[in-house]
Amino acid sequence: MGRYVVRRLVQMVPVFIGSTLLIFLMVNVMGDPVAGLCGDRQCDPATAARLRQEFGLDQPVWRQYLTYMGNVFTGDFGTAFNGQEVTELMSTAFPVTLRLTIVAICFEILIGVTLGVLTGLRRGRPVDTGVLLLTLVVVSVPTFVTGLLLQLWLGVQWGWIRPSVSPAAPFGELLLPGLVLASVSLAYVTRLTRTSIAENRRSDYVRTAVAKGLPRRRVVTRHLLRNSLIPVVTFVGADIGFLMGGAIVTERIFNIHGVGYQLYQGIVRQNTQTVVGFVTVLVLVFLLCNLVVDLLYAVLDPRIRYA
Amino acid sequence: MRAASYARWAAGAMAVALATTACGGGADAGEGGAVLSSSWTDPQNPLEPANTNEVQGGKVLSMIFRGLKQYDPKTGEAKNMVAERIETSDSQHYTITLKDGWTFSDGEKVTAKSFVDAWNYGASLENNQKNAYFFSYIEGYDQVHPEQGGQRAKTMSGLKVVDERTFTVTLSQKFSGFPDTLGYNAFVPLPRAFYQDHAGWLARPVGNGPYTVQAYTRGSEMRLVRWDAYAGPDAARNDGVTLKVYTDNNTAYTDLMAGNLDLVDDVPAQQLKNVRADLDGRYLNTPAGIIQTLSFPHYDKRWTGPGADKVRKGLSRAIDREQITRTIFQGTRTPATDWTSPVLGAEGGYKAGLCGQWCEYDAAAARKLIEEGGGLPGGQVKITYNADTGSHKLWVDAVCNSINNALDDDKACVGNPIGTFADFRGKSTTQKLAGPFRAGWQMDYPLTQNFLQPLYYTNASSNDGKWSSKEFDRLVDRANAETDPAQAVKLFQQAEEVVRDEMAAIPLWYQNGSAGWSERLSDVTLNPFSVPVYEQIKVG
Repeated sequence: MGRYVVRRLVQMVPVFIGSTLLIFLMVNVMGDPVAGLCGDRQCDPATAARLRQEFGLDQPVWRQYLTYMGNVFTGDFGTAFNGQEVTELMSTAFPVTLRLTIVAICFEILIGVTLGVLTGLRRGRPVDTGVLLLTLVVVSVPTFVTGLLLQLWLGVQWGWIRPSVSPAAPFGELLLPGLVLASVSLAYVTRLTRTSIAENRRSDYVRTAVAKGLPRRRVVTRHLLRNSLIPVVTFVGADIGFLMGGAIVTERIFNIHGVGYQLYQGIVRQNTQTVVGFVTVLVLVFLLCNLVVDLLYAVLDPRIRYA
Repeated sequence: MRAASYARWAAGAMAVALATTACGGGADAGEGGAVLSSSWTDPQNPLEPANTNEVQGGKVLSMIFRGLKQYDPKTGEAKNMVAERIETSDSQHYTITLKDGWTFSDGEKVTAKSFVDAWNYGASLENNQKNAYFFSYIEGYDQVHPEQGGQRAKTMSGLKVVDERTFTVTLSQKFSGFPDTLGYNAFVPLPRAFYQDHAGWLARPVGNGPYTVQAYTRGSEMRLVRWDAYAGPDAARNDGVTLKVYTDNNTAYTDLMAGNLDLVDDVPAQQLKNVRADLDGRYLNTPAGIIQTLSFPHYDKRWTGPGADKVRKGLSRAIDREQITRTIFQGTRTPATDWTSPVLGAEGGYKAGLCGQWCEYDAAAARKLIEEGGGLPGGQVKITYNADTGSHKLWVDAVCNSINNALDDDKACVGNPIGTFADFRGKSTTQKLAGPFRAGWQMDYPLTQNFLQPLYYTNASSNDGKWSSKEFDRLVDRANAETDPAQAVKLFQQAEEVVRDEMAAIPLWYQNGSAGWSERLSDVTLNPFSVPVYEQIKVG
C-alpha cells in the first residue's frame, strides 16, 4: 500500500510539470498582457518596458517558465496586475470555492444516493419513473438556466434568499449555489446508484444475507449499498476536482468570489501569474483526488489490493 | 410508506435549508443609517491616482479626493476646488494659489508641496504610473520620464513651490487648456502617508475628499463613510457608500430588483428593454463623454492610396446608425454627427452635424463612393473587435449587415473577433490589423482637445491607425497656444474638419451612461464621465 502511494506520487511529477507548462504556453500565446493595461490608449513605451521587466515578460518564454517554477517551489506565486500577491488571492478564493464544493458534494451524496437507493429498490414503480424523468430534465437543462431561474424565483419573486452571495460566503448562503452546481452531477449520481443497486440486488451475497435472516435495513446499507457505491465514489471523487475549478458559471451567476471568478478575471486580463498559479493548484487537487479515489476502492472492495 | 417518508424528509430539509439562507441574507442593504450600496468591479490597477486609468478605480478616487479643479457634474465645466486661482499671462507659465483650510482626512494640511510631490511621483518613470503622460506638458518631464534609458532627474524642473499655498508650473509648450485638465484624477494631492507607508496607504487610501475609506477588502468590497470635517462645498448628503464587487452586471441588476443593492451604474444590455418597467422610472440614461468610432489602418497601403478616403466615406454612409442605436442599444446611444461628444456643449466645442452628409445613411451614395474609390481593398472589410467585454459583437454584426445590405453584397463586411481586450489592444497598438477596427474613447477631461489630439495627432498615444496630417497637427498646435477659449474651440473644429475630409475614422455613436436605483434613493445623477455623483445622493 505504502509503496503504491509513493509510486503514484512520483508519477504526479511529470504530469504536474507537463500540465503547468501547457497552461503557461497557452496563456503566453494570447499575446502581450501589458497592452491591455492602459485602456484604449497605448502605454507609453518607457512605462510599458518597465512593466514588462517587472513581470519578467521581457525574458524568453522558457526562462520565464523556469523562473516561475523556481519561485513556485519557494511558495512565491508572483503578483497580479492589480498589485496583489497571487497567494493572497488564493487564500481568499480557495476557502470560498472549497465551501461551495463541500455543499455541492453533500447534496450529491445525500440526495443523489438516497434517490438512487430509493429508485434502485423500486425499479419500474412510479417513484422510479418519476425520478428518472426528473434526472433527465436536470441533466438536459444547462446549469446557467437552472441557476438564473432559481435565482429569479427564490431571490426576486418570492424573496426567500438573497440573489447574490456576500463576500464572506458563509455555508448558509451557499446552499442554493451549491445545489445548482451539484444538480447535473446529482442526477448522474442518482442514475449510477440506481443501476448499481438494481444489479447487485440480484447477486448471490444479497440473497445469502436475506436468507440469513438479516433485517432489511442491514442488508441494504451494509451489503447492498457498500458494494454498489464503488462506481459512485469514483464519480464523486473526480467531481471534486471538477467542481473546484469548473464553477465559473455558477460563481458568476451568484457573484461568488471564488476560484472561478479569479480564473475568469485572470484570463480576461491575461494575467499569466494568476491563471497559472490557480491552475497549478487545481492540477494538484485533481491529482490528489484521483489518488484518494483509488485508495478508497481498496477500502470499499476488499478484493482490490495495491502492492 | 417508506417512499412517502423519504419524500417528506427531503422536502423538510429543503425548506429548512431555504429558511436558513433567508435568515442569513436580506435586509442589510441599508446597514447603519443612510448608507447606500453600489455596484463595483475590481479596479484593474493599484489605486494610486496616477495609476488609475479606468472608471472603476476612478469612481473611488473621485469620492476620496479633490483636486485643484472639479468638473461640474451637470455641465462638465472645470471649476476651482482646492485652487483659489490659477493665473497665467502666456499660457505657458502658471501660478497656482490654493485655498486655505483644506486638510487630508488624517489631519495633514493640503499644501503646495502635497501637489508638487504627488505630480513628481506620478511622472517619475521608476514608479511605473500608467498615467504618467498626463504630466508630459510640464517642463522637465523628459528628464524624469525619458523615452529611452534611465531616469535622469528626480523632479520636474517646471514645478516650484513658492510658499505653503502657492506653486508655479512651467509648461514645455503653450497649452491654454491646461487649467481645465487639472480636474483629472492624476492631478490630485497626496498626503505624506502615501510615500511613508505605501502598502498601508494602498490597503486603506487616505485623501482629502468628502468620503473616507473605512474598510477595504480587495476584490470584494469597499466601505466609504462621510468625512464630517470635509472642507469643500460638496459635502456628502448621505452617511456613506458601500461599493460591492460584482463579477457580472446581470447579478448586480438582479440584486437591485431583490432589494439587496441600492444603485447600479451599468444596466446590462439585455435588461434595457425591461428596465423602465422593472424599476418604475428609477432609471437614468444621460449622455456621457464617450464616442465609438471605427478606426482604419493608415499604415496599410491599401487604405491610404488615392481614393481610399472615398472608400472610407462610402463605408460611413453605408452604416445605418439610426436603426442600430434604436434596435440594439434601445436608445442608450445616439448616432454621432461629429468626432467629439454632446457633453462638451456647443461652447465647449461639440458641433452637431459637423460630419454632414458623410454620416448620413444613403445606400446609393455609399455604393457610388466606394466604386469611385476603387472598391473595397481585397473586396472585403473585416472589422476587428474584442469579444470579451461589452456588446461589441452585437453592433459589429449589425454594422456589417448594414454595409452588406447597402452594397448589396453578402460578403462585403465580416466581423473579426479577438478573444481578449489585452490581445486586441496588443494587435492594434503594434499595427498588426489589416482592416478597420473598433475604437472607443472615453474622455479624461471635458475638452475638445481630449477628443482630438490623443486620437489623431501624428504618433499620439491613442492614434493606433497611425493617421497623420500636417494640416491637422498645425491647427491643433495653434489651438493649444490660443489663449482665448472661443478662438481655441474654433481652431479645434477646423482641425476636426480635416479629420472629416479625410474620414480618418468613422464616427459611429455617442454612448450614454445609465443607472438604476432602489426606492430608498433620490437625487441620483451621473456626471459626464458616467460615474454616479455619490455625494449628492439622498438616502431614505
